[in-house]
Amino acid sequence: MAYLSIVALIPLAAVVVRSTEGGLDAFWTAVTNDQAVAALRLTLTASLIVVVVNAVAGTLIAWVLVRDEFRGRSVVNSLIDLPFALPTIVAGLTLLAFYGPDSPIGVNLAFTEVSVVLALLFVTLPFVVRAVQPVLLELDREMEEAAESLGAGKRTAFLRIILPNLLPAIIAGGGLAFARAVGEFGSLVLITGNIPFETQAASVFIFSQVESDNPIGASAVSVVLLVVALVVLLFFGWLSKKALRHEE
Amino acid sequence: MRNRLILRFLALGYLALLLGIPVALVFVNALQDGVAAAWEAVTTPEAQHAFYLTMVMVAVAVPLNTIFGVLCALAIVRQRFRGRALLNAMVDLPFAVSPVVVGLSLLLVYGRRDGWVGEWLAEWGIQVIFSTPGMILATMFISLPFVVREVIPVLREIGTEQEQAAATLGAGGFQTFFRVTLPAIRWGVAYGVVLTTARALGEFGAVSVVSGKLSGRTETATLFVENRFQRFDETGAYAASLVLALLALATLLAMNLIKPKEAQG
Repeated sequence: MAYLSIVALIPLAAVVVRSTEGGLDAFWTAVTNDQAVAALRLTLTASLIVVVVNAVAGTLIAWVLVRDEFRGRSVVNSLIDLPFALPTIVAGLTLLAFYGPDSPIGVNLAFTEVSVVLALLFVTLPFVVRAVQPVLLELDREMEEAAESLGAGKRTAFLRIILPNLLPAIIAGGGLAFARAVGEFGSLVLITGNIPFETQAASVFIFSQVESDNPIGASAVSVVLLVVALVVLLFFGWLSKKALRHEE
Repeated sequence: MRNRLILRFLALGYLALLLGIPVALVFVNALQDGVAAAWEAVTTPEAQHAFYLTMVMVAVAVPLNTIFGVLCALAIVRQRFRGRALLNAMVDLPFAVSPVVVGLSLLLVYGRRDGWVGEWLAEWGIQVIFSTPGMILATMFISLPFVVREVIPVLREIGTEQEQAAATLGAGGFQTFFRVTLPAIRWGVAYGVVLTTARALGEFGAVSVVSGKLSGRTETATLFVENRFQRFDETGAYAASLVLALLALATLLAMNLIKPKEAQG
């Protein structure tokens, strides 16, 4: 407990305390500063897009990895975790190599809002896949077969039988992805260009405030990020449980 | 059948565009001037120091977090005390906190000018921020939950029967732990250690805030990548990235080797 305090809890408390040091007015001014608002808006919008894309793509990938059979499937399966293992700065450089100014396919997304979404998609890829996969593996094939023998088409069987079963896992994975996306920093540094009001995400904004010696501004926005991440985790956890109960 | 092929194509295409091709391109870019140039770029004194510093981070943070992780998991699963649920929730905090916020938080406690205890530490001649201790603290913070999270389910799974049997046969607490509990959770611990190591190797944001980025002094491997890239030394940036990517692939390999053993127990 003492270890946890020295390493994590006391420092986090310091952020909260420092953010309100100049009174609530100073906190509010720091958070509603134009550049801070733009950064927070970008981060939240991009994270939302990322969750939606991940929910679809992650479920699709999990489906293909569990139900499909092809050569190299186990290799693909292990590579899914690569974004967790790869340092985020390398992730950013990686994307820049393919989608940057020297892109071999001539697609230059560097320094645009799209690059923010792209970087976040890269680092959050495993969450939904890894949440859905075990559920899909355990899922009873009999229900599907029963539905089909009763005349349901593939599409109906998927929408009415499989999807409701997967929903709690998709939501749980989505929540983790959102929390990660909101705080992501390393992968954004190189590819987004960090242009204030355009491609500067909240975490990068905090960094710039630290560098320009404005600890109160940095702390205030940090507190907002912390609260958002915690609320989102709790909310998605609740939603996931609700979906689980509904299905029972 | 046709639907299945379309789905497969979509899933693999998405993965290739987001993951496969870009990562492969790092290998290509790193080696574009030849293997010799890449080798030279990662063996300059600065590069060597950066990798050395990263190894120091790993060498300190991983053992400490492993010991803490096992103890913490034991406390959460095996003991009943007030605040247990709170501890359980707190352990996950580093997952919900942005690395930059982690760095900032350390700055506000240990920093010389802004920090709560920075001045006091400075009087004793201890500098935490802009030097190695601060970077180690940042790495520890960010990689804190992995061992705990891996060990808790294993501890729940194995139950207490064997531990109780050992205790009735006269084994003390230590003996029970080292002869019964630890062997039972070893693969869970190993998996946690691999994840902790990977995270510690690759940490960027938190370390970046507290390091001051003094090239050749407080620059880790990931900071070295950023520094090289911003100085238009693409070969250096990509070559160092290649080394880090290879380490990441080694991590994946280790995970795949350990996972089945963990499942068997």
